[in-house]
Amino acid sequence: MLDTLLLSRIQFAANISFHILFPTITIALAWFLVFFKFRYGQTDEQVWLRAYRFWVKIFALTFALGVVSGITMSFQFGTNWPGFMERIGNIAGPLLGYEVLTAFFMEATFLGIMLFGMKRVSPRLHTFSTLIVAVGTTLSAFWILSLNSWLQTPTGYTLVDGVFYPDNWFEIIFNPSFGYRFAHMLLASGLTASFLVAGISAYRLLKNDHKHAPKLTLKVALSVAALLAPLQMFVGDLHGLNTFEHQPQKVAAMEGVWETEQGAPLLLFAIPDESTRTNHFEVAIPNLASLILTHKLDGEIKGLNEFKGEHPPVKPVFFGFRIMVGMGLLMILVAAVTRYTLWRHSTLPDWQLKILVAMTFSGWIATLAGWYVTEIGRQPFMVNGLIKIEELVTSVPGEHVLLTLVGYLTVYAVLLTAYIKTLFYTARNAIEVEEYQTTPIQGGQYV
Amino acid sequence: MFSAEYLALLYSSLMALAIIVYAVLDGYDLGVGILLPGQNKPAADTMIASIGPFWDANETWLVLAVGLALIAFPTAHSIILQALYLPIAFMLLGLILRGVAFDFRAKAKTRYRETWDRCFKLGSLITAFSQGYMLGLYVMSFEHSLASHLFAALSGVGVIAAYTLIGAGWLIMKCEGEIQNSAIRWCRVSNLIALLGVLAVSVVNPLINTYVQTRWFGTEISLLLLPLPLICMVLFVLQDRVLVKLKQTPDQGCWLPFAITVVIFLLCFFGLIYSFFPFVVPGTLTIYEALADPSALTFMLYGVVLVVPAIIGYTLFSYRVFWGKTQDLSYY
Repeated sequence: MLDTLLLSRIQFAANISFHILFPTITIALAWFLVFFKFRYGQTDEQVWLRAYRFWVKIFALTFALGVVSGITMSFQFGTNWPGFMERIGNIAGPLLGYEVLTAFFMEATFLGIMLFGMKRVSPRLHTFSTLIVAVGTTLSAFWILSLNSWLQTPTGYTLVDGVFYPDNWFEIIFNPSFGYRFAHMLLASGLTASFLVAGISAYRLLKNDHKHAPKLTLKVALSVAALLAPLQMFVGDLHGLNTFEHQPQKVAAMEGVWETEQGAPLLLFAIPDESTRTNHFEVAIPNLASLILTHKLDGEIKGLNEFKGEHPPVKPVFFGFRIMVGMGLLMILVAAVTRYTLWRHSTLPDWQLKILVAMTFSGWIATLAGWYVTEIGRQPFMVNGLIKIEELVTSVPGEHVLLTLVGYLTVYAVLLTAYIKTLFYTARNAIEVEEYQTTPIQGGQYV
Repeated sequence: MFSAEYLALLYSSLMALAIIVYAVLDGYDLGVGILLPGQNKPAADTMIASIGPFWDANETWLVLAVGLALIAFPTAHSIILQALYLPIAFMLLGLILRGVAFDFRAKAKTRYRETWDRCFKLGSLITAFSQGYMLGLYVMSFEHSLASHLFAALSGVGVIAAYTLIGAGWLIMKCEGEIQNSAIRWCRVSNLIALLGVLAVSVVNPLINTYVQTRWFGTEISLLLLPLPLICMVLFVLQDRVLVKLKQTPDQGCWLPFAITVVIFLLCFFGLIYSFFPFVVPGTLTIYEALADPSALTFMLYGVVLVVPAIIGYTLFSYRVFWGKTQDLSYY
């Protein structure tokens, strides 16, 4: 007999990991497009329109992948986690409902006009449609992050016989960790999109694309990255403090602290071992973890041993955290260096362009690692401290879950490959073919 | 706060609205996908262009329908979704294939283009069939027997025919020339198959399900409702006559087949709702028993009242923007 719980967990993890790749790009890329379109309206310079028209194609493709994988998510609750809606539904339902009602429809409906309507509506209305799509994607993130944060730091509810009832919607939506999570996610999206735009633009420059558009998008993307990367570290730190307050067991796993200690060291590297409840090969900076988390050299950090049986698996959280932070530091460094070079020399040497191409999907790695830290870090609970995940799983036979899991994984692998290949193909295509009309687009009959 | 009974009625009506709007809107674009020719590239381009600005928003009505079920009737939602686990997975794969193929075909290397076209067609077919299969199992009260699976498969074919019918109607309205002519032919064939499908379901349903039988033949308003299937049949015949006439003068009343099909969809859907009301899981759970916490639903209601009219409003607006015969699609 196959283990339905384990398989459902793997399936959910696979679906959510695949899904999040695309909104992470589109949330911020939509705002890039608003900026390009707005600048075009302001300056009437064709190059902004070229930038818009190149990136709107990539936006459309990314959006489509986000929508189809999002639909899969919306069915998963019922098929694999019926207990989730039966017990948390009174809280999760309206939040998900508002997401569909406000965000989903806004973006999906105005997308048609944004993508295909430039000739059919007035320039102003077209810019407005682009703006609505951007607002829609951001609102989408708002509701989803609100729900996710509530699962981590629940407030404003009454629990009766294992079922949650809402008391105060303001407290539910703006729960204690929501602000940090929402800001952290929006910045993650900003960084993911700017490194993507920078990477693809650098790729075009390396392939001798002499048009003005890629130079311009490179500059915009690097400016955004140089601004957001340090800001993200700051917000991430605040978010960490919030987690320390509400989910000490998660922080203990992130830091690899087993025994409660005062003046805990920051582990640069270690291999945590749950069987012996110790770390191997520690490389540590004394007192630094305490300093960061409590702002005191001898501040106390609760150890994992105080949460036996109720703390997350340590290894994935510990390493996920280091991958996220490492990637973040690398982004700060690369953004600072390249933006500085661009400022001094108004062009980038090939080696810097190559680094940017290599970093095209760095945002994905950091975002996924970050989500693993936060989601695996909530284990074994669905609602932090209150409901365990194993209580919610489906009664569908394991064989069926395995079958669908294999199906999804195959499709995801194919799509991811096709997506990445298509991005670079679109870039090459823009080099070889002068795909832009140089004449301004004349509006037909406006509606 | 509203009474539970009122909320149950309201949310089930909204769910019904979302489902029927979904069936009409995504129905026509899935139908266009099913009809996509393998060899004729320019025709395929035009056909896809005709649904390009819409399919994404059309699909969203499915998310709304499932979302409403999940929010308002969580117990029913989990019973139904677990019972339909495999067909749902197939439908999702179909929707994924269709959705991504649409965008990849416009951007991928030319040599992959035909592959993406085939994926588009296949995805549309799988989606339509699985939806029909689910409908069939639902009508059979999720009974797992050879007969009910055969009936579900038949119903899958029926939904393919229905979507093809409305898709062809869409093409007759939105296209000209060669595509329009072919669409008229496709429309006639699927009209006949859909007619047989509706007949089969109408006959089988009351025979196997005593509750449905009483609803249609055992109550006082039965007499008032019995003409509905008749009107439906008349419409199928009328559709056929219209199509014959359209062959001679293709652009006079080219919107008629689409409109007639929409009315047929509405009638059939009404028939289904009437057959099972107030059950949300046939024979097991009524909308009143399955209702979620009224205070959460009241909170949700503010959003519904404000947003649903807005959605309908800007949906109409986007149809107005892309009114008229289909033009080439390019990302401007």
